[in-house]
Amino acid sequence: MKFESYNTEGFFDELFLENGEPRSCARALIETINELPDGELQRRQKTAEATFMDIGITFAVYGSKDGAEKIIPFDVIPRIVEAQAWSHLERGLKQRTEALNCFLNDIYGEQKILRDKIVPEELINTCTAFRRECIGLIPPKKIWAHITGTDLVRDKDGTFYVLEDNMRCPSGVSYVLQDRRILKQTFPKVFSKCAIRPVDEYPSKLRSMLEYLAPEHIDNPHVVVLTPGVYNSAYFEHSFLAQQMGVELVSGNDLLVKDKKVYAKTTSGLVPVHVIYRRIDDEYLDPMTFRADSLLGVAGIFEAYKAGNVALANAPGCGVADDKAIYTYVPEIIKYYLGEDNVIPNVPTFVCEDPVKMNHVIANIDKMVVKAVSESGGYGMLVGPKATDAEREEFKEKIKANPRNYIAQPMISLSRVPSIVDGGFEGRHVDLRPYIIQGKDIYVLPGGLTRVALKRGSIVVNSSQGGGCKDTWVIAPDKGAPEQGQSHQYMQHQQQQQQQQLIGGIIC
Amino acid sequence: MLSRVADSLFWISRYIERAENIARCIDVNLNLLLDLPGEERQFEAIIQTAGCSRDFYHKYNNASSENVMHFLTLDEENQGSVISCVANARENARCIRETITLEMWMVINKFYHRLREQTAKEQMLNNPHNFFTEIKEFCQLYVGIQDGTMSHNAGWNFAWLGRMLERADQTTRILDVKYYMLLPDISMVGMSLDIVQWTALLKSVSAFEMFRKTFSAVTPQNVSEFLLLNKNFPRSVLYCVEHAQRALKKITDSQSTTNGEKSIRVIGKLKSQLEFSTIDEIIAKGLHETSDDIQLRLSHFNAAIRNDFFDCTWQI
Repeated sequence: MKFESYNTEGFFDELFLENGEPRSCARALIETINELPDGELQRRQKTAEATFMDIGITFAVYGSKDGAEKIIPFDVIPRIVEAQAWSHLERGLKQRTEALNCFLNDIYGEQKILRDKIVPEELINTCTAFRRECIGLIPPKKIWAHITGTDLVRDKDGTFYVLEDNMRCPSGVSYVLQDRRILKQTFPKVFSKCAIRPVDEYPSKLRSMLEYLAPEHIDNPHVVVLTPGVYNSAYFEHSFLAQQMGVELVSGNDLLVKDKKVYAKTTSGLVPVHVIYRRIDDEYLDPMTFRADSLLGVAGIFEAYKAGNVALANAPGCGVADDKAIYTYVPEIIKYYLGEDNVIPNVPTFVCEDPVKMNHVIANIDKMVVKAVSESGGYGMLVGPKATDAEREEFKEKIKANPRNYIAQPMISLSRVPSIVDGGFEGRHVDLRPYIIQGKDIYVLPGGLTRVALKRGSIVVNSSQGGGCKDTWVIAPDKGAPEQGQSHQYMQHQQQQQQQQLIGGIIC
Repeated sequence: MLSRVADSLFWISRYIERAENIARCIDVNLNLLLDLPGEERQFEAIIQTAGCSRDFYHKYNNASSENVMHFLTLDEENQGSVISCVANARENARCIRETITLEMWMVINKFYHRLREQTAKEQMLNNPHNFFTEIKEFCQLYVGIQDGTMSHNAGWNFAWLGRMLERADQTTRILDVKYYMLLPDISMVGMSLDIVQWTALLKSVSAFEMFRKTFSAVTPQNVSEFLLLNKNFPRSVLYCVEHAQRALKKITDSQSTTNGEKSIRVIGKLKSQLEFSTIDEIIAKGLHETSDDIQLRLSHFNAAIRNDFFDCTWQI
């Protein structure tokens, strides 16, 4: 299998230039693959898939009677991010994370940003992720969003945009670590030639952040990961992270609360718990405060949290900052708290709650991607250009009935990465989810989850909708940097894009 | 350690040990069939000792070797089959993946997928000896990996405790196979057929070689003594009970609290009873009755462990 006949088909390709030459960062990889004997790459792809199965990185196929388990589709051709592009992204992600944390402190505190009319008060009041229970609450070290997974996309001219902020329980980082382990076995020689930044320090960073949150007087904090249980689709990740951090994985039944303190049930009695990395949604966290019918949570845990006896990451209530309608205000939020322009632009977004914008969306629905603000995972969305007339009509009615629940974005022509398809290479659309940890300082994992839409032409990358994943290589600054001069052009280009976005230009 | 985690470690060991013993039982019966052409009744005996004859006859009309082999090995509806044991071990392992080592998890996971291969049944029927050897080897591989990769901490001791408990129970059941394996005629006791059966029984627990080093003659007394009361053979009941007691002591010694008093008492009593019995007394009382009694006490022990460590009433 060789890249000779590979065609970028006019899309921005992460590994190839328009003229068909490999990008400098991808040259070693492409050369290695071209030199492989026939069938060798397919063999390595199979080995990688078998490793996923053996390690058990699988999900159960719901409704299948024979209990079949499948692996998340994985493609061995990685996505490569150049050093300059990455340092730009890193700066932007840190900025965004910091600003959104300020926003959360404000929104559950004095609400200055509402009084100054930067963000409409109405938007907060109607946001389902806003937790009134958290008003006036100051979380340990004033941090709300400890772990963030920000979805980025790249347009056909190579500009990165933020598509979505994920602050509730962003998942997928375990794939980043596992994909890397597997790719090191798949392309060992390429790793020795390129300066690919390692991702292995993530669990250590995560653990030190969690320990940093422990109540002041505790010397040796007891940290646990709280999972909804073995049937949760992200269970593998919960157990993997607990294992990699060397902490206990608990489910709700393993914990109990007495006198506003949280304890773990152990073979030698009850042992106090100080920090909980919870992977249970707010609503299910505590049947006494939130949903009473929750069997997953721990009764009384919210009171223990309020009393400062236990830290929860991410903090309950932080979902208000990743609401899809609040998202449109993030550039203003960054400006308001940090006094800076946003480094990574948003995808231009029309909030249907604004009647003018709603009419615009309805009139141009065939060019738009419409999303329900309360849904995730690729559900409740319409890809206008690919939808049927009936589907478009249906969405128009839905939008008119509940405008607050919908936003729309122009269709972005997502960048592509070559992927193995039927014994050859074809470009497939990708997005990128880097992971950010906010503790004593803000850390951006050099890498991230590259999700790929494996269906030809599809732009929906969610695994629930037939998406797969790829490893993401970030090149270290010294080696493999892009040709001289590109960096400067790149920055200029970014600024132009941003201006364009500010004046509301539609990028199709 | 978390009670739930200890519970899972305990049960993974029990399930894997159980899977191994099912494979041993079937394998030895197949060997017997070769020695005694035309005899299919031995498979009836396995169903009896496994304690699942009701479920079996609910599904099948007769205890043919094929029916029994499928029921005890690959039938996922039978909670006592090898595949169910491996699936249960895997579910438990999945719940505590962060506690066990990757190697421990991978060997269970791989074997689970191996048993679910479409051709598994065909392979089992075409080449049963290889198939059951593979099961036994998997179980021993798991034990070896656990021993060699996991810290010998409280969790490891819970796992060892579970293994010893299950093994003691299974050895009494295997011994009991002989009880159900009726001889055609009482006058045949001590005759070659009888000796063939007792030898097969020894082989089913891999005890033949070690037995020979202790006793010269294969007699019911000698075999029973070896499998119940030998202090050094790792599958004898006394050995297992003594090692269960040791594991329990290590667990209680490592804890600041006084959990485990009842478990200590129950296992201590069983151990002294075995230690101070002679095989003649046991045979006088009845081998089958003694096996039943040991199984009952082991089940009390299991309940005591659950009460003391896994399911306590939580107080500060």
